[in-house]
Amino acid sequence: MSRHDHDHPHAPITNGDEPAAAMRVRILEELLVEKGAIRREDVRRGIDWLVSRSPADGARLVARAWLDPEFKERLLADARSAALELGLDAGPSPVVVAVENTEAVHHLVVCTLCSCYPRALLGPPPDWYKSITYRSRAVSEPRGVLSEFGLELEDDVELRVLDSTADIRYLVVPRRPAGSETMSEEELATLVTRDSMIGVADPTAPAGIV
Amino acid sequence: MRYRRGQRVRVAARRHEGHHRTPGYVKGKIGSVERVHASFTNPETRAYGADGLPKQPLYLVGFAQRDVWPDYRGGSGDRVYVDLFEHWLEDAE
Repeated sequence: MSRHDHDHPHAPITNGDEPAAAMRVRILEELLVEKGAIRREDVRRGIDWLVSRSPADGARLVARAWLDPEFKERLLADARSAALELGLDAGPSPVVVAVENTEAVHHLVVCTLCSCYPRALLGPPPDWYKSITYRSRAVSEPRGVLSEFGLELEDDVELRVLDSTADIRYLVVPRRPAGSETMSEEELATLVTRDSMIGVADPTAPAGIV
Repeated sequence: MRYRRGQRVRVAARRHEGHHRTPGYVKGKIGSVERVHASFTNPETRAYGADGLPKQPLYLVGFAQRDVWPDYRGGSGDRVYVDLFEHWLEDAE
């Protein structure tokens, strides 16, 4: 700690409303900029890129996979290459793995250690995804968590929870809903929600479309 | 790559001071290799400014939920999958 024995003509350095983590990040950023390790422009660009991503990108992949079985095979084999076919950049994470929900198998994604998430294809994760409650209960009592999201899985459905603890990012390809048979690729993409690609929901077709 | 798909492995139960990516809830548990991903830089050294080399093989390992949580409520087929680096895995066959 530095000595701090001067009089106090300046305002307190801490901002009373600023959470401790935000203050730590702000001070780290100031130090890194001061030492020339990063530029403020880099930070702004990074944030700008992140918030420009959205679940609409992942939804395009899913809608294409629903309509084109060969594309779905390529998506499940190598999601990064498949995303490139649609002009989508899967982002800086080295490997993105897509997993398919079926009648017999349901996938749920969590990062128990932090908040790993396929941000390039889904945008920033929802706050609940980063909460300690979700991160612990998604692995220990996932059926209870799904139930609270309004998704009741049948007992004979195999529930697979994926804990993305390292360099892999997981994207769920949800089941195509009944009643969507006549919909176009663009219309199908609107059914594919963020939550369904995390695995806490199933897409539903709008009433009356049948 | 020391392990192949389908092989039974045990997660080392050791403590590790400092950053690591092996969740405590699978330490000491036996599972099976579901996917052999690739090799990645080691987060245990990279977190402290090193280059993370040599790269470590990474696997997706699946565990029966009932083996992980003794009072698990749900189907007997329910599984939890965790990405684990090779130096945390031991033979369990």
